[in-house]
Amino acid sequence: MNNAVFSSRNMTEQEFFFGHKACAGCGGALAVRLALKVLGERTFAALPAGCMSAVGFIYPQMAFGINAIISTFAGTASMLAGMAAAARAQGLEDVHIVGFAGDGGTADIGIQALSGAIDRGERIIYICYDNEAYMNTGTQKSGLTPLGARTTTTPDGSVVGGSTTKKKNMFDIVAAHGIDYAATASIGYYQDYMNKVLRASQCGGTAYIHVMAPCPTGWGIPTEHALTIARESVDCGLWYLAEYSQGKYRLNQRPETFTPVEDYLRKQGRFKHLQSDDIAQAVRDRDARWQYMLTQWSDA
Amino acid sequence: MMKQQKYFVSGNEAVALGVQRSRTQVVTAYPITPQTVAMERLSEMVADGELRTEFMLVESEHSALSAAMGASAMGTRTFTATSSQGLLYMAECLHYASGGRWPIVMMNANRSVALPWSIFGDQRDSLSLLDSGWIQVYVEDAQEAFDMIIQAFAIAEDEQVLTPVMVNLDGFTLTHTYEPVFVPTQEAVDAFLPPYQAPVKMDLDRPLNMAFSSTPPNNMEFKYQQHQAMEAARPVIAQVEQAFHAHFGRAYGGLIDAYRCDDAERILVTVGTVTGTARQAVDQLREQGQKVGLLKIRFMRPFPHEEVARALRHARAVGVLDRDISFGYEGTVFTNVNSALIGNKVVPPALNFIAGLGGRDIGVEDIEKMFERLAAAMDGKAAKRVEFIHLGVATDE
Repeated sequence: MNNAVFSSRNMTEQEFFFGHKACAGCGGALAVRLALKVLGERTFAALPAGCMSAVGFIYPQMAFGINAIISTFAGTASMLAGMAAAARAQGLEDVHIVGFAGDGGTADIGIQALSGAIDRGERIIYICYDNEAYMNTGTQKSGLTPLGARTTTTPDGSVVGGSTTKKKNMFDIVAAHGIDYAATASIGYYQDYMNKVLRASQCGGTAYIHVMAPCPTGWGIPTEHALTIARESVDCGLWYLAEYSQGKYRLNQRPETFTPVEDYLRKQGRFKHLQSDDIAQAVRDRDARWQYMLTQWSDA
Repeated sequence: MMKQQKYFVSGNEAVALGVQRSRTQVVTAYPITPQTVAMERLSEMVADGELRTEFMLVESEHSALSAAMGASAMGTRTFTATSSQGLLYMAECLHYASGGRWPIVMMNANRSVALPWSIFGDQRDSLSLLDSGWIQVYVEDAQEAFDMIIQAFAIAEDEQVLTPVMVNLDGFTLTHTYEPVFVPTQEAVDAFLPPYQAPVKMDLDRPLNMAFSSTPPNNMEFKYQQHQAMEAARPVIAQVEQAFHAHFGRAYGGLIDAYRCDDAERILVTVGTVTGTARQAVDQLREQGQKVGLLKIRFMRPFPHEEVARALRHARAVGVLDRDISFGYEGTVFTNVNSALIGNKVVPPALNFIAGLGGRDIGVEDIEKMFERLAAAMDGKAAKRVEFIHLGVATDE
């Protein structure tokens, strides 16, 4: 791995994603913007139906300063693969082929194409910006919506309160393919995220980054809290920063003590209805996950 | 005329040779019967170094066309192939590719659509996607399949057209039948089909945002341009065929191919390989002194409405053979032919024969039966407007 490190000091002033109509405090927009600062102008991007394509490509106002295209909802990874093939066919070198898809576009409808692309070892970078629901259509449950979260399709009803299923573990699913590089990240730890984008671009094969990118609109938080809540998702242990390459897992951050899960959940409108045993369940799930990572990932 | 080598190949293999001779830069492949052999031959060409292409073994038909769109958007000549369920699985991408104006060429092996499951032929797969914005051509034999793959790239990539082309081959009947095919040298094909120069593509020097959203004030203009491009394809198809004829000595009549129609009182309209059987029936009936003719429709989009009306204008009865049925109405080819006739004020009695669904054989005797029905209609006798030919079950009538 290259030793170059991105920081707020050496970050480029150049912008490749601006003039879009994303909501204030949008975590997804920040994830796209920061990644493109790392990858630079020799980048070709594909984005499926979802928030970032909906806010960035409204004719005639185009928000990407690099080559960018909307893919079908299910076809992000396959369109990226076709672009990579065309780049090879044309002898284009030193280019990056990157995708930005949401949690639904990745873990639900797009998972087949993503799995195929990893299987084939396509030279693409696939970034999942995870805001834990279908936000573009107005906050419906996805495969990455956490247990208990209120969405418009998992309402807080008198019989059922919020999502009845747990968050699918995309990082493990991707790593199980034996991918060249995979990482989790959070826009709350943006320097870590940007350096992971850099490592993804240098891995020489298929790369996947799963970045926690809060949606103030869907989560029910003030717009100015997007970054702090993204940071807190890691600090409370419900999310984690990890990498996978060459068959090995690595935890980038191992908090001595977690901040209270309850504090994290109570700040968000989508969890307002949770009872104390719901929160206890979230804590148990967190502890089980950490137990798994610390014991099963021998290099963690 | 350039020297051409004679091959003995199936329809699938002829397509593979056409893809190779077209110097296709990106091929995306997912297997489905009866298209598989085309992809297997291309795989062998790649493995043996006879084809230099980015050959992608994708994990679904949806991805096959998604990847093809990505490659085409980057400005490369791109091919894929499918059939039946696979074509329907990529239906979203068909509209996407034509809206994106990406000149992808795709072979479709015409096959029945489940349920019930059937791997055998009819044309319900592609005809159900007539509105997806693709140029649709139906070929009759392996030579035409080879020739049309090469012509399809020339048509699709024309700057006035920039529309994807679907080359349809009847499953098994054509995909798996071996015939002699004349294959020109690579140099000869190069002289006819230069490398693709995309007028619009993703480009490092001029970055573009493509496949964007539109709003009600401008969406319709994009759709109008798409329609105009399809209309513009009519003369381009003729020009490409003329040039192909000049290079290789073969021509197929453009959008339609009329056979013994000039003085024909009864004309049967066909699409695809059944034309060969119908031609034989026409010859036999002609020997008996019957004035019958045959009209092969080659392109279902753009639809040759003027050509069809002109070819049928003196007929006293017209039959349309559909290997298709739009349940609750009639065959789709029939609907299109009728619209062309009425639009051009040609209104002979017209009957629709639904035949050959799910691989049911259509014999010369079936065609003769259709001409008998047309004779009755010509004489003013009552006839069924839509008739299923060769049904093995009792019907109400």
